[in-house]
Amino acid sequence: MNAAPKPAPDQATIPVVNDAADIERAQSQVVAAIERHNYPKASIFAIKLSLHEAMSNAFRHGHAKLAATVPVKVAYKVSDNTIHLAVEDQGPGFDPKSVPDPTLDENLERGSGRGLLLIRAYMASAEYNAKGNRLEMVYERPVA
Amino acid sequence: MAAGDSRVRVKRVDNVSQVEFIDRNILDEGNIQVIGEEITELIDAEPKPRLLISFSNVEHLSSAALGTLITINNKVRAKAGQLRLANIDPQIYEVFVITRLNKLFQIHETTEEAMKSFAA
Repeated sequence: MNAAPKPAPDQATIPVVNDAADIERAQSQVVAAIERHNYPKASIFAIKLSLHEAMSNAFRHGHAKLAATVPVKVAYKVSDNTIHLAVEDQGPGFDPKSVPDPTLDENLERGSGRGLLLIRAYMASAEYNAKGNRLEMVYERPVA
Repeated sequence: MAAGDSRVRVKRVDNVSQVEFIDRNILDEGNIQVIGEEITELIDAEPKPRLLISFSNVEHLSSAALGTLITINNKVRAKAGQLRLANIDPQIYEVFVITRLNKLFQIHETTEEAMKSFAA
């Protein structure tokens, strides 16, 4: 008889390479932990979007000059009222203040540059480290 | 998914190409690129394209998908065509509001309302 699969841990650090299946695996592990803590659908939406945007930015910008097999690190910790996420790339870092505001009229039709805006809209906090290669995000359970 | 699998369903109604997404999650950049290419083919096939994109199956959408929608909008406008978006789930609509893209696109609650809005 097969043993029941182990539940996703409440916290872990996962290496993720730039591959759709690996990205989906990381997302699923984080979402499974969140679901076990009975966060509402809106929270899962917020986390899934923010994590995806953070990973996309890490690969597209942080790892622009690195092979697809070089992983980013995704760390998460889920507790009853808060979710901590961190995405760290192995690139040279950047200045987040250099990202233009995509909601300004002159930037509205730009093809990219909205990821950080969306993360900040859904997270209670989203801060880069001094080097600019690690984004730490905190999500708070909405008040019922 | 095999390479080249379609990511959209298209129906032609009253001279309007009605597009629906096959995927519930429009996150993967490879899929988004295929979606962009498929819709671009529809635009290229018409002298004045009339396009309705329905989000009725969509549960998650990334900023890369928004970028592709902007590109599609620009291509439609360049041909003096018309683009409408419809059936957007409230959580997804909030993404359009946060990014102010609700000001760029003509968004309708239902397919029926969107179809009525196309100029003759």
